[in-house]
Amino acid sequence: MAVKIKEGFKVVGKSVQKVDGFSLACGKAKFVDDFDLPGCLYCKILTSPHAHARIKSIDATEALKIPGVITVMTHEDVPRIAHTTAGQGYPEPSPYDTFILDKKVRFVGDRVCAVAAETKESAIEALKRIKVEYEVLEAILDPRESMKEGAPVIHDEEEARMIIPVPYDKEKNLASHADFTVGDMEKGFEEADVVFEREYESHYAQHCPMEPHICATYLDENNRLVIMTSTQVPFHVRRIVAERLQLPIKRVRVIKPRIGGGFGAKQEVLLEDICSALTLKTGRPVKYEMTRKEEFMSSRTRHPQILKMKVGAKKDGKLTAISMKVLMNTGAYGSHALTVACNTGSKVLPLYNKALNVEFWADSVYTNLPVGGAYRGYGATQGYFAMECILDEISRELDMDPVELRKINHIKTGESSPVFAALGEGKPGVEQKVGSCGLGACIERGMEEFDWAKREDRKKEVSPGKKRGSGMCILMQGSSIPEIDMGAASMKMNEDGSFNLNVGATDLGTGSDTVLAQVAAEVLEIPVDDIIVYSSDTDMTPFDVGAYASSTTYLSGYAVKKCAQKIKRQILKVAGEMLEKDSYDLYLEDKKVHDFDGNSVTYKEIGTRALYETDQHQIGAIASHISHKSPPPFAAHFAEVEVDTDTGKTEVLRYVCAIDCGTAIHPRLAEGQCEGALLNGISFALTEEYVFNKKGRMMNADFGSYKIFSTGDLPEMKVILVPTYEVTGPFGAKSVSEININGPMPAIGNAIFDAVGIRLKHAPFTPEKVLMGILEQKEKEAVPV
Amino acid sequence: MGIEITINGEKKVWDTKPSETLLDALRNHGYKSVKRGCDEGHCGACTVLVDGKAIKSCVMLAGQAHKRNIVTIEGIGTIDEPHPLQKAFVHTGGVQCGYCVPGMILSAKALLDENPVPTEEEIKTALDGNLCRCTGYVKQVEAVGLASKMMRGEN
Ligand code: FES
Ligand code: FES
Repeated sequence: MAVKIKEGFKVVGKSVQKVDGFSLACGKAKFVDDFDLPGCLYCKILTSPHAHARIKSIDATEALKIPGVITVMTHEDVPRIAHTTAGQGYPEPSPYDTFILDKKVRFVGDRVCAVAAETKESAIEALKRIKVEYEVLEAILDPRESMKEGAPVIHDEEEARMIIPVPYDKEKNLASHADFTVGDMEKGFEEADVVFEREYESHYAQHCPMEPHICATYLDENNRLVIMTSTQVPFHVRRIVAERLQLPIKRVRVIKPRIGGGFGAKQEVLLEDICSALTLKTGRPVKYEMTRKEEFMSSRTRHPQILKMKVGAKKDGKLTAISMKVLMNTGAYGSHALTVACNTGSKVLPLYNKALNVEFWADSVYTNLPVGGAYRGYGATQGYFAMECILDEISRELDMDPVELRKINHIKTGESSPVFAALGEGKPGVEQKVGSCGLGACIERGMEEFDWAKREDRKKEVSPGKKRGSGMCILMQGSSIPEIDMGAASMKMNEDGSFNLNVGATDLGTGSDTVLAQVAAEVLEIPVDDIIVYSSDTDMTPFDVGAYASSTTYLSGYAVKKCAQKIKRQILKVAGEMLEKDSYDLYLEDKKVHDFDGNSVTYKEIGTRALYETDQHQIGAIASHISHKSPPPFAAHFAEVEVDTDTGKTEVLRYVCAIDCGTAIHPRLAEGQCEGALLNGISFALTEEYVFNKKGRMMNADFGSYKIFSTGDLPEMKVILVPTYEVTGPFGAKSVSEININGPMPAIGNAIFDAVGIRLKHAPFTPEKVLMGILEQKEKEAVPV
Repeated sequence: MGIEITINGEKKVWDTKPSETLLDALRNHGYKSVKRGCDEGHCGACTVLVDGKAIKSCVMLAGQAHKRNIVTIEGIGTIDEPHPLQKAFVHTGGVQCGYCVPGMILSAKALLDENPVPTEEEIKTALDGNLCRCTGYVKQVEAVGLASKMMRGEN
């Protein structure tokens, strides 16, 4: 047997043309709203003006008189099945506390009833004419009040429950709880030379995908229900809608066309049920698109958290104990309430595995405020804010470079943390050793690029009224949920030597169709444009849990690799027959199979023979993958800010991010993921926030007053990809999409301290808060103690 | 209400309702590349060129487009023959989900038509009304610079 040694990758690691790039750039790509459905009705939802109320009656008489209004649907017209809107695997670790429509509303923006009409205008008009009588109930607008004696019970319905054995106490408004301790906390704090205790608060935010949630439903020629939807989780949509509407799964087909961004917001089954119910009722296609205002008020948000931290360290910087206690506000429903809170611990605490004594405690509580959900970072964003800010304080107390403190304590290749096993997603976690950690190199490269050593000198360069400062942080995340997530792919070969690759993995704008095609192309020794990628359609593509938990490249990518390897074996078999050689004595190169005597057959010849000529058969395969690990990507972030001491405005001057995502399969797309996450994180740290009135209504539900960054705000950002090789990932890859949103809050917070000496523990760092901090500090300085 | 407009070089006569926005009129007539991100003038997804200027079509009435010259992304290039801006956006990685991209490219086109060699600051100013949540803008700003070079035959 001869062997051909392959040198380097041919397609992996190259920034090939994005498979849907020109279709998108030329305006041809089709999003849900771009499909014309003849006879389509428009759905609009009447939402609650009250934070907490019982619906006494709904009178739709006047609305139904409007020409074009076909139906008004209330809780009396739909099955009453408790469920969660979280698009998670079954059994979902989120409480079943939601109904398609209910007799009770639990936040301003909650659904009251639905209208279907011939035109959008008549649907909107109908909403105005529906008369609803409410019995307004006392509301909880502060998560600290939720578990107090005598607080109103938000989920007083008997059906609300958890379907897995985890703590849930609706009488106390407790949507989930998790805790663990490793080591001996008392001993850990006794050993410490310094102990810091701090409380941090992270805030509400919305994902703001440019395409809002949208869904269209219709009955096909066989009376099956087709749901075309902007989703990250087509297979979960199929299962969950079938369950809610009491349909057999086989009657439901879910199609995901192009998606205009998700960031977690679309890991939620929000519109599909109501649209489907209206289609089933009227027999007609129905479309429902959220307005931007609904997107803010009625869809999903980042869960706000209050984090109590206590950290002990020795004089030499070694951490001895970490305690993290989280009170998470899940809003009116418990979507992702348990798992986001668990991730706050499980994605943060293992990073500092030198601390042997660690405790974690998390309560997620109901309030009558907007509902939390999955959001890029998924709890780690909140956790890193607290962790990386308190470590900055400790390093200053110890008179130590904050970088040094991190270096001494962070996890390294070959090491583990007991936290991995202690904390999972609704069940214990999975023990793992870190197989690849480039964090040391990330820190070095980042420091160099940022010129960390000269940060003090740069402070002198400022104009009067401005102060400059630098801050840093380090991060990790995961790649997929181990032993829970599954991805699958199928492939077939065509007679011209091209291949169809069908994946359940959901490209929502991330470029995963391209990345997955690269993986297959690498195995088969072909260019990416010989692969026709299709994602996702529950009738056509194999199962995949969907695009979340940083799983697509790592997990679905591995399924694609396995699938392509199966195809390769079949190609070699046919080629062996053609060349009269054992398949072990053949190799693939340039769309051909070669032997070592200089003979070859082309893929076209192989494909044609297989389909038309001899021993005809379809060269095709399907493969699935689950992971027993969730290898963390790592990153080091450095931020330089300038604070205007008269106005309190903080400007980010430079932001450097060095990231280890294993092999970057498509470096440009990987950088793009980082830049997108960073800017979202920076905007979240500085400007994005929900402003509520006294009744729990969001007052700034539009892009005019909820400020997300635009090109005018763009700081200088530099992303450095630091390669490592993760053996359990496809061609060494780990995840890249989520991790970097976690850095800006702590890095900027620490930089603001470095500039003006104030510690902001309640994000976002708005000019008002900065100015207030500066004034308080001046007052303190003026009064000698 | 009948309006006469020129879209991507073709003359059209459309029946529109008085309250119909240009965005709705365009989408209803099949110009699906014009996207809706907010419907209130804040995001730029619905940007089209009206007499060469980048305009948010969700805050313009269709009636106001009477006798005007409209260009959508379909009018500047095709998959077979893309405009340099379209090439540059794909090449640099300025396209992720692509929902913002038609509007973003049209704003960039209005800039380059007027100012073929913009500075980075000028590019950032020109794109400031177009929101993108995916890319962090870095590669989009780069794309406009690259397109400017390509259009001058430098690349
Ligand atoms: S849709 Fe027109 S600006 Fe947003
Ligand atoms: S590429 Fe998705 S919004 Fe810009």
